[in-house]
Amino acid sequence: MAAVTADQTTQKTLGTEDAVDADRVAAFDAAVAADERIEPRDWMPDAYRATLVRQMAQHAHSEIIGMQPEANWITRAPSLRRKAILMAKVQDEAGHGLYLYSAAETLGTSREELLDKLHAGRQRYSSIFNYPTLTWADVGAIGWLVDGAAITNQVPLCRCSYGPYARAMVRICKEESFHQRQGYELLLALSRGTEAQHAMAQDAVNRWWWPSLMMFGPPDDASSHSEQSMAWKIKRHSNDELRRRFVDICVPQAEALGLELPDPDIRWNEELGRHDFGAIDWAEFQAVLKGNGPCNEQRITQRRTAHEEGAWVRDAAAAYAAKHAPAQSSTQAPAPNSAPAHHVEETA
Amino acid sequence: MSSSTDWPLWEVFVRSRRGLSHTHAGSLHAPDAEMALRNARDLYTRRSEGVSIWVVPSTGITASSPDEKDSFFEPAGDKPYRHPTFYEIPDGVKHL
Repeated sequence: MAAVTADQTTQKTLGTEDAVDADRVAAFDAAVAADERIEPRDWMPDAYRATLVRQMAQHAHSEIIGMQPEANWITRAPSLRRKAILMAKVQDEAGHGLYLYSAAETLGTSREELLDKLHAGRQRYSSIFNYPTLTWADVGAIGWLVDGAAITNQVPLCRCSYGPYARAMVRICKEESFHQRQGYELLLALSRGTEAQHAMAQDAVNRWWWPSLMMFGPPDDASSHSEQSMAWKIKRHSNDELRRRFVDICVPQAEALGLELPDPDIRWNEELGRHDFGAIDWAEFQAVLKGNGPCNEQRITQRRTAHEEGAWVRDAAAAYAAKHAPAQSSTQAPAPNSAPAHHVEETA
Repeated sequence: MSSSTDWPLWEVFVRSRRGLSHTHAGSLHAPDAEMALRNARDLYTRRSEGVSIWVVPSTGITASSPDEKDSFFEPAGDKPYRHPTFYEIPDGVKHL
């Protein structure tokens, strides 16, 4: 990768490694402190790079795995309008995954490596997608609550210190707003429908509420990565702070829907100017994280199968490209097997 | 063979409307230029964000190095006289 090559060159010219490192650390720290963006070919601490790869990979994987629970309902959408909307949403999730994979690749990892690690269970995706979509109302609850929680998390990421990640998030947040609104509208239609439809909407909210709160991650005092990520301005707000913000947003939205949030302890706290809410079952969160959620096995198996069954398409496209590549031209596309370039222009 | 190897990387530039330049939108993998264009349409113009797309193999781009950015761009640093605000013009002089 370019950054590595540049490092080595400079070290040779300037002599002692320590002095060079000190200069670079200072330059990096100053850029972060000044709220400037770090770009792919800038020097950055190894741990910063590793943290970003871990977080962006998990984020990209979540988008791709997140296609499954909703795609489950495309063939059974109750109208052509709803079906077209749902297909557009699932296609967006694929797009979001691709923006994020591209952004992650600027850090020196490859698409192939990222997918291998997902398939081998060595990189995670959001636990929320290990819950099943049992009824049509779940599509609405996912849009309102799951995408709503994601937006609350993602809006501050638009100001993340790593340029390509921040730019990907700007694009994603713009598109995510449609996801949330279509879900809310879907739930509203059910809530105002027949008694059975209303009950279906309430049941979906009952099942998705708590897992949505868990999407913000462990409480601040138990979050292993938070402090360093905040110092690096990868993260701008703590897990608990974002979770509280989300609850405050949802309470009036639930009222407007005519649905109840399944937490008897939610009440306005005049003194703190925010809502109090009940205790989250972190044992459940840990269990799902460890692979014991309702759908962990199903999700990863389906992802692996899709990848394997798509191999012939990738092979055919590569064979076609090789066959039709211009013989000897300086402007030709790189051969399919050549090593991918680093992103010269930062992506996304 | 290729299923175990990534397709080449392409940088995507989108012209959002006539009269504007193509702007870097992001990157993607594709086996050839034609597929790169189609993928770019699906990935970067799902909401009519463009009227024209360029795809360029990432290997075809030569970039300046961030390590030498100071010295590389230094020649322009001490030439404020290239800007119109460098010059003092008496009050009341118009169209200048």
